[in-house]
Amino acid sequence: MTAPTGITRFTLLKDLRLEWRSKDAINSMLFFSLLVVVVFSFSFDPTAEESRQIAGGLVWVAFLFAAVVALNQTWARELRNQVLDAYRVSPAPANSLFVAKVLGNFIFVSVLEALMTPLFIAFYRLRALGPAWQLLLVAALGTWALVVNGTFFAAMSLRTRSREIMLPLLLFPIAIPALLAMVQATASILTGETSARFWLVLLATYDLVFTTVCLLLFETVLNAE
Amino acid sequence: MKKAFPILGIVTALLLSYALYLALVWAPTEKTMGDVQRIFYYHVPSAWTAFILFFVNFGASVYYLIKRCQTADIVALVAAEVGVVFCTVVLVTGPIWARPVWGIWWTWDMRLTSTLVLWLIYVSYLFLRRFSSSGETPVLAAALAVLGALCVPFVYFSIWFFRTQHPQPVMGGGGSIDPRMLHVLLINWLAFSCFAFLVCWSRFRLEKLQRDVDEAHAMESLRDTQGSRK
Repeated sequence: MTAPTGITRFTLLKDLRLEWRSKDAINSMLFFSLLVVVVFSFSFDPTAEESRQIAGGLVWVAFLFAAVVALNQTWARELRNQVLDAYRVSPAPANSLFVAKVLGNFIFVSVLEALMTPLFIAFYRLRALGPAWQLLLVAALGTWALVVNGTFFAAMSLRTRSREIMLPLLLFPIAIPALLAMVQATASILTGETSARFWLVLLATYDLVFTTVCLLLFETVLNAE
Repeated sequence: MKKAFPILGIVTALLLSYALYLALVWAPTEKTMGDVQRIFYYHVPSAWTAFILFFVNFGASVYYLIKRCQTADIVALVAAEVGVVFCTVVLVTGPIWARPVWGIWWTWDMRLTSTLVLWLIYVSYLFLRRFSSSGETPVLAAALAVLGALCVPFVYFSIWFFRTQHPQPVMGGGGSIDPRMLHVLLINWLAFSCFAFLVCWSRFRLEKLQRDVDEAHAMESLRDTQGSRK
């Protein structure tokens, strides 16, 4: 019997390979965030000095919406051809599947962020007045927070009516502390006015707690019927 | 058991009337805010009742995940529904109070923002309840309740820090309270708690009845199918 890490790696590679061949998720995510960026720029002058305060929020809202696009299709692929049922019936531990999905989504959203960030910097003339390396930490911790909860809620929404809207309805309220932390940390780093340390610690704690709870509850949720 | 409900109903009605009289007539008028401050006797007990109900929801959900007992599931549902109603009361009475006192309907201060997020979390719980297919609703809802409840400390902590960085006027005031006002507050809280319990009990009975009826229908159609096959 394959070890759990083997299953995780196998499932992750499968998802990455499928995505590489079709590029469905990454294309739709990219275009969607670009649209969000452009629409936001109509509502205020993105290059003014004050924008540095709001830029953090905007960037994360754009990434949040794009992440929802990725998360929605996470499990959809498994429903076709009863792949998910086959997985449930197999002796493979449910957590391996969950970790593989979360890692896959994390990679997709991180790729999106890496591609979109230069665009944001160009459109909004962003410049970090504080320690810029911390932004990487904020991005990593923040993306993990969104993706771990998002994958869990996407699995929950699988057999609900209005599946696509159910995911944001469930994810957004619970992600609020993480969103606040991400936005405020980004704003602190960009403006260089305050330290982002508290927010980073909060994000790390949030990630730890919610990853643990999602891992504990995932098997129950997967086998809910 | 059947007798207890109407008796509790009468007691609650009396208690609520007495609490209303205390709040609107007997309680001393606040010196800076005047009579508008009396809404405090509805705003605060509603908040406390909502918090207690959300805590009951959390407890019932955890119990359900461990024991898979249907009663626990119904208690969780009922507590969330009534809790959301009381939370809505808090969010509506808050602005009504704020407008004459501060001149603004809303502010993103710590208390209001946290209450709003709490409300959002439990409304999303109710959405899941409504939209998920009935076979798996109890388990999914219980899992969401656990996640939501765990999120609450993070909500308070993050918004607290956010507001210490960007202070806003605090609504509802702090400091010491006149003992007569405290007395009225506690009586109102007792009345609200009895009322909440009454509504929860009634809703519990309704839900239990509904589920029993659904089960009976299901069993009947199963028997019919078996009978017609013979």
